[in-house]
Amino acid sequence: MLAYAFKRFIGALPTLFVLIALAFFMIRAAPGGPFDAERALPAEIEANLRAAYHLDEPLVQQFGRYLADLVRGDFGPSFQYKDYTVTELIMTGFPVSLRLGGLAMALAVVVGVAVGSLAALRQNSWIDHAVMSVSMTGISIPNFVMAPILILVFAILLGWLPAGGLGDGSPQNLVLPVISLALPQIAYISRLTRGSMIEVLRSNFVRTARAKGLSERTVIVRHALKPALLPVISYLGPTTAALVTGSVVIEQIFGVPGLGRYFVQGALNRDYTLVMGVIVFYGVLIVVFNLLVDLMYALLDPRVKY
Amino acid sequence: MSTAAETITGAPAEKGRSLWIDAGLRLKRNRAAVTAAVILAFMTVLVVVGPWFSPYEYDFTDWDRILIPPDIASGHLFGTDGIGRDIFVRTLFGGRISLVVGLVATIVSLVIGIAYGATAGYLGGRVDHIMMRIVDILYAMPFMFFVILLMVLFGRNIVLIFVAIGAINWLDMARIVRGQTLSLKRKEFVEAAEALGVRPFRIIRRHIVPNLLGVVVVYVTLTIPQVILVESFLSFLGLGVQEPMTSWGALVNEGAQEMESAPWTLVFPAVFLATTLFCFNFIGDGLRDALDPKDR
Repeated sequence: MLAYAFKRFIGALPTLFVLIALAFFMIRAAPGGPFDAERALPAEIEANLRAAYHLDEPLVQQFGRYLADLVRGDFGPSFQYKDYTVTELIMTGFPVSLRLGGLAMALAVVVGVAVGSLAALRQNSWIDHAVMSVSMTGISIPNFVMAPILILVFAILLGWLPAGGLGDGSPQNLVLPVISLALPQIAYISRLTRGSMIEVLRSNFVRTARAKGLSERTVIVRHALKPALLPVISYLGPTTAALVTGSVVIEQIFGVPGLGRYFVQGALNRDYTLVMGVIVFYGVLIVVFNLLVDLMYALLDPRVKY
Repeated sequence: MSTAAETITGAPAEKGRSLWIDAGLRLKRNRAAVTAAVILAFMTVLVVVGPWFSPYEYDFTDWDRILIPPDIASGHLFGTDGIGRDIFVRTLFGGRISLVVGLVATIVSLVIGIAYGATAGYLGGRVDHIMMRIVDILYAMPFMFFVILLMVLFGRNIVLIFVAIGAINWLDMARIVRGQTLSLKRKEFVEAAEALGVRPFRIIRRHIVPNLLGVVVVYVTLTIPQVILVESFLSFLGLGVQEPMTSWGALVNEGAQEMESAPWTLVFPAVFLATTLFCFNFIGDGLRDALDPKDR
């Protein structure tokens, strides 16, 4: 198992390298620089600044320097937020994003699996049709459309929940952002669970379990649920990616001070190191999470040999 | 044209039901998919010809009627936005952009995906291994970030949107096409072509690709809404099409800022966007069921 995990991790290294290289050279190829301001700096000051940040070196050398720093866990200083390192900025933004994304993920999995299983157990009943129609609606309404509508209804018309910001950090501030982030994922996961559950319920081992006279509850919970969850587990990788990108918009709409906002702002300001930092950080996060999902899959599915 | 059977027996040959006729019949029985197709067709016509019948241009400012609610008398069917522009016309114009982006970017991803997947699958062996390894690597990238980066760094032009979105969507297509190709290349008609000495790329073009169409059609109907979604996402962040041109995402963004005082600025574009995505998803689902040999 450990050897397999190690092998998979080594396999993920090229992905990370391509990710970092792509981001690095794309940013550098873009017109404009971090020291473009409304008032042009005197040439010699700008030259000094560029030298201080090693921006005067050949690009490949800069890339090597960046990689070397990265291996030591150093994302470099931010160009825009003076006196802050990128690591410090990420560490202020990430806990907020993590709380948002983690809650949304938990909500999506729990509700999605429950609703999907329910629909599968009552296949072709009105419950099934209702669940499927609602989830299709959930897939079709993007989260950036859902979010303003939720704000309109629950914050402005009904006044039950705050419309944005984190306030004093109390839970009700997170309700609307988490729900808007989770809804499309709930829709996907419930459809996925329904499909695989229906297939599993038709399989021979479930028939055997029923033939043995086990109660319906035991058949479902002990025998059917685990194999039915496998597609959901392999979907967790894409879910993470979707939640991460979705949070960029959701954080913007609700004014939540997370990592997503740094990304868009950083790109607009040509804050090379900050943008790189966020991309690399999220890239590593997604790659590692995909790795964990694969390992979990291998653990749960007895047919998978590693 | 008379067939061989006809000339021998003198009776008309039994007409076989092809995969497509079969699928068409099954699709017609799926009421949800048919309804979705009708609504979508209606919306497309509305979006294309609607602006010609509107009394207002998409960038015309009606100074006397700023931020008014829907009003038949003045011709502002969906009301006006914060600078007096007609929301009805703007929604239709935004729809043109969104649909065109959806189509063109899907075609881009289709062409890349089919070419790549069919080549990898047909050539097989080490070439296949390396090509699919590249897809695996790219698959793990947070592409949305790169698209955002591209739009921010290289200015916001519509060609770039096509290329960027098309370039990230071909990965799924390539994987699906490769899988299909692997099973197709063991078929007798491919073997026959090989035995006749037809060269690999001609086999791919003439024998493999046409047989992929079933899978591809389903995938296309599911890709178009995804692409429209990505474009609206970018426009929502202010990175898509530029003012005074607009798209559904941009309109939703503007509407979200005015929604407290003028909910109609949000509701109409949002409904159009959601309905379109809804229809495409339903048609895709219906097509998948119709073409799925397992359910036969």
